[in-house]
Amino acid sequence: MIPLSWYLVVSAVLFTIGVVGIFFRRDLITLFMCIELQLNGVNLALIAFSRYLPDISGQIIVFFVITVAAAEAAVGLAIMIALFHHKEHLDSERVNLMQG
Amino acid sequence: MTTVFFLIFALTAIGAAVAMIFQRNPVYSCLCLVLAFFALAGLYVLLGAPFIAAIQIIVYAGAIMVLFLFVIMLLNLSAEERERPKRPRFLPFAVAVGGLLLLELALVFRRAPLLGMPAGQSETSVEEIGLKLFTDYIYPFELSSVLILAAIIGAVMLAKRKI
Amino acid sequence: MIELLIIAVKCLVVFTAALLGVPFMVWFERKVVAHMQMRLGPMYVGPHGVLQPFADAIKLMFKEDFLPPQANKVVYYLAPVLGMTTAVLAFSVIPFGPQTNLFGLLKEPIPLQVTDLNIGLLIIFSATAMGVYGIVLAGWSSNSKYPLLGALRSTAQMASYELSLGLSTVSILMLAGSLSLNEIVNAQAGLYWGFIPRWFVFQSPTGFAAFLLYFICGVAETNRAPFDLPEAETELVAGFHTEYSSMKFAMFFMAEYVNMIAVSAIATTLFLGGWHGWGAGGDTSYGWVIGLGWFVAKVISLLFVYVWLRATLPRLRYDQLMAFGWKFLFPASLVTILATALWISRQVS
Repeated sequence: MIPLSWYLVVSAVLFTIGVVGIFFRRDLITLFMCIELQLNGVNLALIAFSRYLPDISGQIIVFFVITVAAAEAAVGLAIMIALFHHKEHLDSERVNLMQG
Repeated sequence: MTTVFFLIFALTAIGAAVAMIFQRNPVYSCLCLVLAFFALAGLYVLLGAPFIAAIQIIVYAGAIMVLFLFVIMLLNLSAEERERPKRPRFLPFAVAVGGLLLLELALVFRRAPLLGMPAGQSETSVEEIGLKLFTDYIYPFELSSVLILAAIIGAVMLAKRKI
Repeated sequence: MIELLIIAVKCLVVFTAALLGVPFMVWFERKVVAHMQMRLGPMYVGPHGVLQPFADAIKLMFKEDFLPPQANKVVYYLAPVLGMTTAVLAFSVIPFGPQTNLFGLLKEPIPLQVTDLNIGLLIIFSATAMGVYGIVLAGWSSNSKYPLLGALRSTAQMASYELSLGLSTVSILMLAGSLSLNEIVNAQAGLYWGFIPRWFVFQSPTGFAAFLLYFICGVAETNRAPFDLPEAETELVAGFHTEYSSMKFAMFFMAEYVNMIAVSAIATTLFLGGWHGWGAGGDTSYGWVIGLGWFVAKVISLLFVYVWLRATLPRLRYDQLMAFGWKFLFPASLVTILATALWISRQVS
């Protein structure tokens, strides 16, 4: 049987890879994908906990996370399309209209 | 046997995730992420959550990532990617922050009280999830439907109006 | 050991049957369309042209395998494989017949199904959802205008119709109370008043509506006429597989036909009672053959409808397609779910 800690290690590593990606990538689409990766890292931890506790609520929370991720993707990608029509690029460093 | 499968899925997920953040072409990034989601679905099956694994593939890999791919293709982003500078400037900083975060997570998880616990019940059925979802979690469930409605309206508004 | 062998043999048989269904379906389609248009169709290769698809396959194998110079190589090779794999995947959970020991060949009776999962139907939806990737990646990696347009169209089309496809099966799940295809089939055993089968099409007034919705969405999901926008040859040359040739084109072609057979097989399982029929199953040693025969007969009649639609209806315009999917099919499937819920609550009370 695989100990819980192995799953937690995978989950932590995935979350960290998402964070690293957010820090050094610049196009918004990839940043968005890194956020999805972070959510998935958390999901893995939740399901692992729900298996080892055992409490089914972990799986329910993952269900809601996936729902929220779907809504987030719909709105986020719509924003990106609007931004691209406006600016002709999706470079996070050149989207600086709000900076003083 | 389970250990072998765990190692295959875990290494695939991590490898695909690393490949995703280092790919310069957004389509490749997208495909790597889909692979990572598949590996995660495999881990969910190992954890006795086949329903969540199926949802993961249908919603994440089948809908959300297709949407990403659709937008990448629609905006033809791969052509733009070639004009970028070769070396990302923030890579050392990012790796440092990532290492710190990993250390921190490791410290937190070491304190988790159930590390030595054996696994619980074998496999959750769809009925159990449905019962829980429509009894204890009925309000979050209804709220999430409102959230999705808001997201639909927001997406339509954003896509329609010229900013 | 013997169990592993049985599973391997099952996989092999189902895979071969799915692939052999393709040449039959090609021949069947060409003959039926020809006769509907007062022609004879293929007549030269074999009796009534039955060997024509095999001749076509040999021709395709010897064609030049062309790689477009600007194409994205890895993805270009990956796309047809993805399309084919996801098409065959759906057959892994469909029950083809009752339990049998194959005329006493085996000690223990085996189910005529590769594997019976608790989430069987969700596996099929996963396969359908992944089927989009083959088309999208093919269109993108060819690095050419028409394939890209075809791919963009098909993404939007398949994503839109997948919703109604999923919702139309929900009423069946409510009636059967299970996601396992084996249990869904077994919930349709028996007869009403001794002659009307208890298929879900007949079990509730909404069953038939759900069946129609499922089949229309299935036609759209497999990109067949009148919903064959992604490969509209009058506008887009050949759509997403314009740049593909030789065996890679053949794989897309086969994937399309395997998908058609899969949609018909799933519709049979969910709505038309699967292998149930007069004389199927039971204790007799040949009952499983009759069950299998019923299953195949139902699938072929649904495939006939596919061909019939193709021979009759003109292609929709793109805006008509989207309006039909979102403004008619989607609300209609929601109403069907509601009506099924009311029907079940009336039956219970």
